[in-house]
Amino acid sequence: MSETQMNSLAERLSARFGDTLKISTVRNEVTAEVAAADLIAVAKALRDESVFSFGEMVDLCGIDYLGYGQTEWDTETVSGTGFSRGVEGEAMGRFKWADRPRDVNQPRRFAAVIHLLSIENNHRLRLRVFCEDDSLPVVPSVTGVWAGSNWFEREAFDLYGIIFEGHPDLRRILTDYGFVGHPFRKDFPLIGNVEVRYDPEQKRVVYEPVSIEPRVLVPRVIRDDADLVQAKAEAADNWREN
Amino acid sequence: MQEIRNYTMNFGPQHPAAHGVLRLVLEMDGETIVRADPHVGLLHRGTEKLAESKPFNQSIGYMDRLDYVSMMCNEHAYVKAIETLMGIEAPERAQYIRTMFDEITRILNHLMWIGSNALDLGAMAVFLYAFREREELMDVYEAVSGARMHATYYRPGGVYRDLPGKMSQYRESPWHKGNDLKRLNSWREGSMLDYLEAFTADFPSKVDEYEELLTNNRIWKQRTVGIGVISPELAQQWGMTGAMIRGSGVAWDLRKKQPYAKYAEMDFDIPVGVNGDCYDRYLVRVEEMRQSNRIIQQCVKWLKANPGPVMVENFKVAPPRREAMKEDMEALIHHFKLFTEGYGVPAGETYAAVEAPKGEFGCYLVSDGANKPFRVHLRAPGFAHLSSIDPIVSGHMLADVVAMIGTYDLVFGEVDR
Repeated sequence: MSETQMNSLAERLSARFGDTLKISTVRNEVTAEVAAADLIAVAKALRDESVFSFGEMVDLCGIDYLGYGQTEWDTETVSGTGFSRGVEGEAMGRFKWADRPRDVNQPRRFAAVIHLLSIENNHRLRLRVFCEDDSLPVVPSVTGVWAGSNWFEREAFDLYGIIFEGHPDLRRILTDYGFVGHPFRKDFPLIGNVEVRYDPEQKRVVYEPVSIEPRVLVPRVIRDDADLVQAKAEAADNWREN
Repeated sequence: MQEIRNYTMNFGPQHPAAHGVLRLVLEMDGETIVRADPHVGLLHRGTEKLAESKPFNQSIGYMDRLDYVSMMCNEHAYVKAIETLMGIEAPERAQYIRTMFDEITRILNHLMWIGSNALDLGAMAVFLYAFREREELMDVYEAVSGARMHATYYRPGGVYRDLPGKMSQYRESPWHKGNDLKRLNSWREGSMLDYLEAFTADFPSKVDEYEELLTNNRIWKQRTVGIGVISPELAQQWGMTGAMIRGSGVAWDLRKKQPYAKYAEMDFDIPVGVNGDCYDRYLVRVEEMRQSNRIIQQCVKWLKANPGPVMVENFKVAPPRREAMKEDMEALIHHFKLFTEGYGVPAGETYAAVEAPKGEFGCYLVSDGANKPFRVHLRAPGFAHLSSIDPIVSGHMLADVVAMIGTYDLVFGEVDR
């Protein structure tokens, strides 16, 4: 994909959809942010209009922006007392099911990210749809536009609890039968909540609260290195800052 | 009149034709499928969540374990995503090595597929022949990484180390002795590239052997011709890629259309099918083995002529040489930081896709600037393919479901992640 080709895709998108899409092009990848209410109309147009003809929905996934940019290691100050730069860790590896953060307040926490591919025009597009309500994240289902999104939406529902309105069969797909919670959310502990074993007395598999302790081997660090300055400039161009 | 009702049948997860842990709930009308409801996730390990909890490099090994018969192609997608975000590029020699190993992996995968698919449909012998050559290629994996399957060989910025100068040889044992031993070791006298040269010169004749067993085999054709026909429109609707869409006559291959590594410099052809049935997909995959063989030959030739670095000289990403660490303070610090903390990847997001043997394997990577990924999503071709099983097998016979599972080329490591 040449740069001109991608730019012209971005231009064609903004010419066709105007303010409906928020378009950014970083590293020749075009990302369009669309409101949940407009998603179906936009998706149909992207599939059917020959300048776009995104016939394939390659990928759909959920994402949880809770804790985006959080660090566990203070890199700004220098202490005279040795190893005391550790910041109180909040990342998912550090808590158990009982201690999981409850009252998280992160605006626009959940999003569904769709990757489209046009075989006719050989270009790709990323669509991002944020969920309006964090306590009940809802996104319209695109199964009516691309049948293949069926399982991908089930996966995003299973792992993130994003509800796809209009999905014909929104069941869990990857987790165990009878699983509780949405395991890929950032406030779900990495160690999980239950473990299973065979109980010889009861002669069946039993579920018990998980017994391992949460631990983190490498803290999460964000550094402002000089060689990342260039990248920062790019990030300023990015959608989070817009 | 007797009342006839549909009944529900459970298939798997412990079934030899289920290719691992697929559980299918089939609604049957006699021998005919009315509805197929696959239950997946029995091998779900939460790879993507695990990757969020550790530095970037420590997750490369997890990628091998996704589609565990096309290990290095998975690594390639992940490594490519990191490289895109960091804005680094592997040296040319590393790119050729990656191209070569992607194709070795493709042959490994297709050998596994041809063997197990034939076994599913009742042809026992192909499996034995296919595993003979698979073993020879596994030795290449082992020579280069020390592991027969889970190599963790690709790294952001190149590959872990250069190709070895010699191949391991068979020792004399009650099973290998005399002329047999001499024959086994005759390829292994020189370097790994010499070995591959000998292998690729010989391999087309081996593909002929598989074809002799299957291509005109009456039973094989009865089981595959006209079974599981997928139209190009259906293939696009269900997000199919790789041999699944090429079997339906769409010449879509990322190696040609969106070239990465050194595929733009390679001379190879893309086989496509006509009817989109299981037999066409079989022919496509067999031809892909021959084409992969051609690519490996071209890579071997280039690699023999062009020594050079296989890793970027950027010590924020790649470790410095061990000798340098003995006398250079900077090198020691870099080594320490790299192995205790890792490296930060600039904030941003990218989607990197490679043409894995099963189709498009993609890695959607979101970084917030930390030394661990914020979100990794792995787009597994098998997941998209398997989701289409219900519309495709409805109306087929029960035995055709097995043919269809075989032709999807499913590996549950990647479907369940």
